[in-house]
Amino acid sequence: MDSITLIAIASIATAGLTIALGSIGPALGEGRAVATALSSLAQQPDSATTITRTLFVGLAMIESIAIYCFVVSMILIFANPFWNHVIAQAAGK
Amino acid sequence: MRLSSDEMIFWQGGFLKLNATIVFTWALMLVLALGSKLATRKLSTGLERSRWQSLLEIVVTGIEKQIGDVGLQQPKKYIGFLGTLFLFVALASLCTIIPGYEPPTGSLSTTAALALCVFVAVPLFGIEEQGLGGYLKSYIEPTVIMLPFNIISELSRTLALAVRLFGNMMSGTMIIAILLTITPFIFPIAMSALGLLTGMVQAYIFSILAAVYIASATRVRNPRPPPAASIDA
Repeated sequence: MDSITLIAIASIATAGLTIALGSIGPALGEGRAVATALSSLAQQPDSATTITRTLFVGLAMIESIAIYCFVVSMILIFANPFWNHVIAQAAGK
Repeated sequence: MRLSSDEMIFWQGGFLKLNATIVFTWALMLVLALGSKLATRKLSTGLERSRWQSLLEIVVTGIEKQIGDVGLQQPKKYIGFLGTLFLFVALASLCTIIPGYEPPTGSLSTTAALALCVFVAVPLFGIEEQGLGGYLKSYIEPTVIMLPFNIISELSRTLALAVRLFGNMMSGTMIIAILLTITPFIFPIAMSALGLLTGMVQAYIFSILAAVYIASATRVRNPRPPPAASIDA
């Protein structure tokens, strides 16, 4: 198997696997965060604005992990330096 | 398929490239500056106000209240920086309704620049509030062993700010582009609405996180002496 095929297979498989595995953790974490926020809202409705704001900030931080995985996956598909390198080599030959 | 609006080049002269990011950033700056200038031409404190003045008052007092809630004393000192961050990112996401517009925050250059502004502003505000020695001492705050971890956390949260905003904006535009090629029109419209919502939330998150970082750098470290309680015997 020559290097072009190998790089293509590795990039495609890793891109799919990255985003698939990388979304599991943040999704579970966000579910737990929202559940706890809802129960504390039920216990203390007066501090609803504080709880909601803190919930959103926390959700954004958890979401960033999924965003990192998405960015890596996009780089592997669209801006892959190894792929560009072998394509340039093949075009030069 | 374009990864970012940096690759849409409008004009090229020598080594100067005018790409979509720069053009739309300057267009947003023009709209914000001209809009505010026009709305604040005849300010009044009476009962008769123009509706643009009321809108601006709602926005400014809302931002000031949020900054105060985060824990910053004297919100008026920071509202210039934090308010501009919020308004720029919010307007950048709001204008995705306009056809042919690409949000400049969908390019890593813009979000990295904004994150660098926050990275520079936090020590500036901290030193202004606590003096150079006081601010530097905060890096060895619990023990000296924490010094490398504090520095690493400063750098990583700046990186996180940039990548979070970039990832959210870029994924929104990319998924609309992908859906437009394969599904009927209703799905890209639904994704567009979702993109608007996440754009607003990310604008809020960006400015609130900047406010939290500034608050942690400027909070008073020596505890106030407890008020003397006098109990009449």
